[in-house]
Amino acid sequence: MEGPPVLELRGITKRFPGIVANDHIDLDLRRGEVHALLGENGAGKSTLMNVLYGLYKHDEGEILLNGEVVQLKSAKDAIDRGIGMVHQHFMLIPVMTVAENIVLANEPTRAGIFLDEDAAAARVRELAKTFKFEIDPNALVADITVGQQQRVEILKALYRSADILILDEPTAVLTPQEALELFEILRILRTEGMSIIFITHKLNEVLEIADRISVLRRGKKVDTVAREGATEAGLAQLMVGREVVFRVEKQVPKPGEALLQVEDLHVFDDREIEKVRGVSFEVHAGEIVGIAGVDNNGQSELIDALAGLRHAASGTITMGGKTFEKATPKEMTDEAGLGHIPEDRHLRGLILDFSLAENLALHDYRHRPDSKMGWLFPKHLITRAQRLLPEFDVRGGGPLSPASSLSGGNQQKVVLAREIDRDPKVLIAAQPTRGLDVGAIEYVHRRLIAERDEGRGILLVSLELDEIFALADRILVMFEGEVVAEYSPDVSENTLGLAMTGITKDAAAK
Amino acid sequence: MSDAAAPPPDSGVPPVAQTGPDDKKRFNSQGLIVSIITTTIAFLVGGLVVLATGHDPFGTYRAIFNGTGVTWLIPGYGDRAASATNFQQTLLETTPLILCGLAVAFAFRCGMFNIGGQGQYFAGSYAALIFGSYWGGIPGPAHIVLCIALAIVAGAAWGGIAGFLKATTGAHEVISTIMLNWIAIWIGTYFFGLQGPFVSSQYSPISNTIVGNVHLPVFWGDPVLQGLHIGFFIAIGALVVFWAILNRTTLGFEVRAVGFNPEAARYSGINVKRNYFLAMAISGAFAGLAGGIDILGWQFQIATPDILVSSVGFLGIAVALLGRNSAIGVFFAALLFGALTVGTSSRQLDPSVFDPQLAGNLTLIIQGLVVLFVGADLLVLSIWKSRKKLSFRRKASET
Repeated sequence: MEGPPVLELRGITKRFPGIVANDHIDLDLRRGEVHALLGENGAGKSTLMNVLYGLYKHDEGEILLNGEVVQLKSAKDAIDRGIGMVHQHFMLIPVMTVAENIVLANEPTRAGIFLDEDAAAARVRELAKTFKFEIDPNALVADITVGQQQRVEILKALYRSADILILDEPTAVLTPQEALELFEILRILRTEGMSIIFITHKLNEVLEIADRISVLRRGKKVDTVAREGATEAGLAQLMVGREVVFRVEKQVPKPGEALLQVEDLHVFDDREIEKVRGVSFEVHAGEIVGIAGVDNNGQSELIDALAGLRHAASGTITMGGKTFEKATPKEMTDEAGLGHIPEDRHLRGLILDFSLAENLALHDYRHRPDSKMGWLFPKHLITRAQRLLPEFDVRGGGPLSPASSLSGGNQQKVVLAREIDRDPKVLIAAQPTRGLDVGAIEYVHRRLIAERDEGRGILLVSLELDEIFALADRILVMFEGEVVAEYSPDVSENTLGLAMTGITKDAAAK
Repeated sequence: MSDAAAPPPDSGVPPVAQTGPDDKKRFNSQGLIVSIITTTIAFLVGGLVVLATGHDPFGTYRAIFNGTGVTWLIPGYGDRAASATNFQQTLLETTPLILCGLAVAFAFRCGMFNIGGQGQYFAGSYAALIFGSYWGGIPGPAHIVLCIALAIVAGAAWGGIAGFLKATTGAHEVISTIMLNWIAIWIGTYFFGLQGPFVSSQYSPISNTIVGNVHLPVFWGDPVLQGLHIGFFIAIGALVVFWAILNRTTLGFEVRAVGFNPEAARYSGINVKRNYFLAMAISGAFAGLAGGIDILGWQFQIATPDILVSSVGFLGIAVALLGRNSAIGVFFAALLFGALTVGTSSRQLDPSVFDPQLAGNLTLIIQGLVVLFVGADLLVLSIWKSRKKLSFRRKASET
């Protein structure tokens, strides 16, 4: 569609003390397009959008809306001019209903002061219908799924008559299916004439949904390209500034003895629902076993049981010839020799307020030489950190920096360093690259393969099929708490995808 | 971005992370600033209260300051003898405040709010009193050590109950410690009240008196006039112990890990429940020690009516909050509150400057304001450094 761009950024520059977060960035957004803003973590995407949303004042450059220079001094200015933003972390009030959240700050009222709940619900329903959203206006936000909450955020922007919608890493919190639903919604919004800026660092999403793609690297715009003709490899190179290997090369596995044997494991979750229903498998030395599956099919409970964080109701876990029943996490790490990269590095993997040295010592503080008879020697903690941080290429902080000061990729390297340095026989890698950018993903993948070649057994649990294909030597598919299929890595994506939804010969026979 | 500051092209490192190593320092200095600001605001508001009563706030504060005896530290200033006596009183008040502050701070570091300092303090003082009022035959030093040890054990047991309940049943420590406070109060009222097992006479509800050789030696001032006893050094020693446990033992490592992130602690093999119990027991030990050395140092007996009005354990909460749960912070906060209590007591304050009864309330007002402001430290921070902090957060959110 021609005419002046809906939005144009000219030479936007934003400096923070010591750094230039945005360096003369030009960007234009056309009516009815999805424009992806692609870049690694820290490339300046969010800064730029915060400038556009009136949260930051830019130092140089100008913002044009429909060809007219505007000053956006606050988010309210931006909202008034039809810019809506959906943040990565939702700004919703959980105890209020969907409709109440949407109309908040601009409520339909009765007699001027009372919230007209029926009118609010009606307007939300009408809005949802226009854009073909499925949502119950009267549901409490606390009760709906993350994907639905995101739709509420989008509706909130639409309710305030936004015609430019900024989505900040919208798929980071979504399951793959929810992401597909979101893309469907974005396509509808596009046909309705909305202009959408889609911030991401995931290349496949960009190719799936974007019309044009602008790539930022270290505060500068590298290029804007059309989706046609764009490839993952080409975009990644723009993003990182060098060629990126998506499939880290790996040798043919040389599996050895079985290091981990799981026999008929049954595990219940906190609500007493049986999430793992009779799972059996083995992990051998020198192989990566990938567990594929849609989220919430028992993978988390399986990992918890293996790590001693949750007791299995029945079944056995054997490591190094010893069977562990109702083992504690300490027994699994210290005696069984299990390393565990947890799926949520903020919840479990790291203590964000602890220094890197302390985080690296989370298992070893209780052993010599970190401590003797209960006395701790911080010097040894720091010595270890001084050795491991360079070895694992952790950047952005020293041994005494708090873990919270690092970027996600570097935080994950700290977790990796801690778990691998203990020389585990078996390493569980649960979603090891969740939320990381391509550079960090490549690092983690290389490292896992290197550890495999060292003779460790690696159990990879991932929701990303790409990751499973890139790393696994054998693929197990979990569905509703059971391993429903096993494949070699040359299985087609289609077959694997079907198995993940429970459609296999075995399941069909039942 | 300038080329000099640019990370190598192949890194995913966000530029903001380059400030890493200084972060810890910055957080600490922020804590100090908050404490100083809150104290200053509390004193300003207190000054307004003085003004509202028709007195001169500057004169009042000066009189309070002189009354604390802190002036003794300034060579050649004022009446040396009087300021020495006053300073002894200030340090005498500071001693249990340090320990009760530590009792709250230690639990805080394990992620728990110990409201039970008062009850744990009583447990310690009852133990010291009961065992100090019998067995006059034991040699003094051994008897003192025994009484102090029993006071510590009693406090630890009292705190440990709350920790045990939290670990086993999930009972919230705030609720259980409040109830344990009342249990301790009524046990004391029974023990030392009329017809109680440890009452001294059938006519007045006052306990037996501890035997003479179990009194803590006074090293500064007149023992008859409540000079400063060696319990002060025990409290200073406790500060060191507190710091050492937290920073130099595996137990402290676990306690802090649980305090910051119990789930990550559990993942790394730490027994979270055991730490809840131990942290509460250690907290209780500090408060119990406070009760013990108060009895052995200057109280020597317990008057039942005093049990209900004692508030040293609760003041420990204010001390820990203001001291930001660190050893050094607790020391200065305890000194501040100890000095305030002495400076505004009717013994020190000239009634012509400010009515001592009002002054006592002034202390309470300042204490209350400090707790309120420190509790609302986020608010203070956001007023003081809103822009800086926000921009830091936004930058951080980009990583």
